[in-house]
Formats: sequence, C-alpha cells, structure tokens
Amino acid sequence: MKIIVCIKQVPDTNEVKLDPVTGTLIRDGVPSIINPDDKAGLEAALSLKDSLGAEVSVITMGPPQADAVLREAMAMGADNAYLVTDRAFGGADTLATSTTLAAALRKMEYDLIITGRQAIDGDTAQVGPQISEHLDIPNVSYAEDIKVEGNTVIVKRQYEDRYHTVKVQMPCLVTALGEMNTPRYMTPGGINDAYKVKKVTVWGRSDLEVADGEIGLKGSPTKVAQSFPKSVKPAGQKVTLDADEAADYIIEKLKEKYVL
Amino acid sequence: MSLQDYKGVFVFAQQVDGVINGVSFELIGKGKELAADLGTEVTAVILGDGVKSLADELAAYGADKVIVVDDPVLKEYTTEPYTHAIHKIIEKHKPEVFLYGATAIGRDLAPRVSARATTGLTADCTKLEVDPDNKKLRMTRPAFGGNIMATIICPDHTPQMATVRPGVMKKAAKNPSAKANVEEFHPGFEKNNKYVEVTEVIKKVSDKVDIMDAKILVSGGRGVGAKENFKMLEELAEVLGGEVSSSRASVDAGWTEKEQQVGQTGKTVRPNVYFAIGISGAIQHLAGMEESDIIIAINKDEYAPIFDVADFGIVGDLHKIVPALTQKLKEERAKRDA
Repeated sequence: MKIIVCIKQVPDTNEVKLDPVTGTLIRDGVPSIINPDDKAGLEAALSLKDSLGAEVSVITMGPPQADAVLREAMAMGADNAYLVTDRAFGGADTLATSTTLAAALRKMEYDLIITGRQAIDGDTAQVGPQISEHLDIPNVSYAEDIKVEGNTVIVKRQYEDRYHTVKVQMPCLVTALGEMNTPRYMTPGGINDAYKVKKVTVWGRSDLEVADGEIGLKGSPTKVAQSFPKSVKPAGQKVTLDADEAADYIIEKLKEKYVL
Repeated sequence: MSLQDYKGVFVFAQQVDGVINGVSFELIGKGKELAADLGTEVTAVILGDGVKSLADELAAYGADKVIVVDDPVLKEYTTEPYTHAIHKIIEKHKPEVFLYGATAIGRDLAPRVSARATTGLTADCTKLEVDPDNKKLRMTRPAFGGNIMATIICPDHTPQMATVRPGVMKKAAKNPSAKANVEEFHPGFEKNNKYVEVTEVIKKVSDKVDIMDAKILVSGGRGVGAKENFKMLEELAEVLGGEVSSSRASVDAGWTEKEQQVGQTGKTVRPNVYFAIGISGAIQHLAGMEESDIIIAINKDEYAPIFDVADFGIVGDLHKIVPALTQKLKEERAKRDA
C-alpha cells in the first residue's frame, strides 16, 4: 500500500501576535510547525504502516524552507519526501494550490492520500476535497479514525451531532482531524536518517504538467481585496473583588442591563 | 457565455433527517439582502430523500424560489451525489452567487463543487456585501485564527461562492403564508468510482439545548480545573435559565462535550449574556463569542486577554465567586417570587 500525506508548514498561530501600533502580524521569531491536522494525518499513515505495512510519502508545497517540515515528517517515520516549490506557484488560492498539488500527485503512485482537514493559518478546509476532485477519486472529510481492510478504507466521519462509518474504495482521499490521535515524536535515529540518509525530491514549475493559467496568482479565482486588523471594541470595566462583592457586582450589572 | 449571463443568488439549504439546519435560514436572510442589491431573486436548493414538503418552510423564511432534488441516493450526505446535483444545478441555472453553511457538510461539499465548476470559494465568511460599483460580492473572513480580517473577491469566475459561519448572519422574519415557486430537478445519478457507502449512522444522544440557541451561556475554560467543577457552572446556568458551554481546552481535557465548544473550531454564539469563567481568551475562542451582547469574565489572571473583550471583568477566584453568585441569584429569585 502506498500512502501519501499532504502537509503544510504553518506559523504556530498560538504564538502569532499583533503589532499594537501597526496592527499587522508579527512574524519574526514565530516558530513554524507541521500543521496539526496534517500531523495527525501523518500519524494515521504511520500507524497503518506499522500495522499493515505501507510506503509513506509526504509532500508539501511552499517556499524552500518548507524542507524543514518534510525532514520532521521523515524523522517521524515517513519514507519519502517531495517539495513542490517555485516562484510561479506563489500567491495561489486554494483552487490553484490544489491544482498544483494534484499535478504533483499525478506523477506519484498512491492508494490512499491523507490531508489534514484544514490548516491553522487559513482554516479553509478546501484543498483536500479539491485535490480529490482534480484526481477524480472519492474523498471523505473530517476523519476521526481511518482503517484499511483489503482495498477498502473505513472512515469514522465526524459531523456536528453524529458520525458516519463510511466505506470507500481505494484510491481515495481522506482529510484527518487533529483530535484523531497523538502524533509520535521524532526519534534520534529518525532525525539522523532524515537529514543524512533520506532525500527530499524537489519539483519546480517545469516538473509539473499544468497550464500557466491554472497556477499561482493567475490561476487563483479569488483575490484578497483588502486585509485589516480586526476592529476592537473598547475594553469594559475590570474590577478585583472578593466572592461576595463579585456576586453583588454581577447582579447589579445584570439588573442595569435588564437581564434580571 | 459572458459573466453577465449569470443571474440569481442561490443558497444550499442543508437538511439532515428532514430537519433544515438553522444556517440555511440565515443564508436565505443574507441572500435576500444581496439579491435586493443585485436586483435579482434568492433561490434555496434542498437535496435529500423525501424532502419536497420542506419547500414551504424555506419560502416562509424568504426564498423566492426552491429547487428540490429528491432521490434515495441523497438520504445520507455523501460527497459525490451531492456535488453532482449542485454542479448540474449550476450548469442549468448559472447563478451569480452560491452560498453554503460552513458546516461539516458545507465545508466538504462547497470545495468539491468549486473544483468541479472551476470557480473560487471563500471559507467561513462573517460578512457578505455587494460592491456598489461593480456589483461583485465582497466576502470578509477571519484569517490567522481571527487576528486579521480579509475581504476576498472572485472577480472573473462564477458562481461567486462562499461558506458562511452558522450563527453569524440573521434570519429573515418568518412569514408562514409566503409561497415560493418550487422546481423539482432530476440531475440523474449514475454510480461511479467516487461513490462511497455509509454503513452506520451513530447519533450523539444529547438532551442539551444547542448552545447556539441559548440566551445565556455559562462558559468554562481551563481555569475551572476539573470535570466535577463544571457542576457549579451547571447550577449557575440553571438559576439563570441558561446553558453551559466551554472553551476548547475543556473539551480537550474531556470535561465537556465537543458540541459545547465555542470558538474558531467550535460554534459561533451570540447570546444576550456570555459568562467566560476561567477562560483566558485565546483569539480562537474570542472569534466564537465576541459578538455576544454582554460579556462577563471571571479570571484570576488580571492580564488574561478575555478582559479585553469583556464588558464586565472580575479578577478573582472563580471557585468562590461562582457559588456565591448562584446563591445570591437564588435569594434574588426567592425575594421576587415572594
């Protein structure tokens, strides 16, 4: 079985802060991580490799420094890594991104493709389903669990108030939820292999069969017209009180606002 | 075909088990405003098995037209037949705008449709408006966990598509006597490699009121400290006639259920009163509750970011304040009832 996991390097948004003067993002010194949902997808793939035997490849699209997340994935146990990188791919929205990744995936062999449900910097949840459409394969999103039986993938598919058990024939694509597992740590031997033994295959524009009008900014139907810091409402009152005083204070405010 | 030939605002009216999801009515409400600005109509699209009778309800909330696709293959949601039906409707009717709820269904269906129709899709919008100059849709959404807002346009592709977070847009007033023009549509379903099989449907049993419908929410975070401490939040909620919700930290700790989670990866709520108890106020949490009318925060850390959005912030020990408040509210009620 050949499994490909699509991963993305993202800034650790828990660490992202706004410049109080300019209102823009401070990116300096913010650590980059494997997107959490993707990392859960990778763990699911590695678990399948442990139990059933599989070749696990990871692929990412991004700037050259995204090499770091591929090395981390290999240090966790991924066998092969592919970096799709070119200035021509820059400025891509989800459709152009998924088109580019699908072009790379067409060069590879796969039974199962796993992506994270969504990335924490964009939160769109679009690239996984869009890749599957470009590749003309079925997809199941929001996986809480992924099992493989023969040529069938069995997915526990999460909804707000229920879950479905879904059977899907390979080749197929599944998007993983971060809460499905706890990803394993890198091992010292794994880190050594990832940097000294294993290779990252780099693909640029000329390596992919895709039209110029389908990639990068040009291939993106959506454009950012404007971005701005979220408007903040003025801070309210803040008081330090003991329990009795606090209770009286809250009741007084609820009465003022006609809640009581 | 030119872009000008595309007309109409379409909304995907999500139903499960014959119950229309509330976000569908919110989309119709917003769709009506957009349609008015565009000089067109709003059409609700409903897919399912035995769902024809739901058209009246969509009309009551303001749909001018309802397209029904009724087929046994649509009984449970699966990606391919739903995508096929929506795509065929887009091919036939050529809407200029197509909106979906940002639900676990909408966030799977809409991207697959966008790739099939080769058009753009803006996720999890909190604001939609028509540009008065060029009549294009301006779609605003939070990015980077809510730190930054981005306004997205889709100038050269149709339909312009967006998913919209549940609880953000307002429903139009219900008019039970309103009628819509109903069209039954048969896209034709042929099984292919992309069909999947749903072998089991497990519903989470819950007697809880949906926190998105609650007028008062008593919400607990990491500072609550333990599952059993949520008992005191429940008691406070009960005396106030509210419900208990929580931050992601409490769900991750196993103290509360996923359906109670407020925030970027949970639910967006806008109750009359939101109590943030032991919640530090990560940006992802704030994104889900800051539109609440009144926010009351109790936290021992005076620098907790929750105090930046709270109308009334109390720096103190929640383990003492919450029981004291519950007790005093009970006394208030006894006084009032006497």
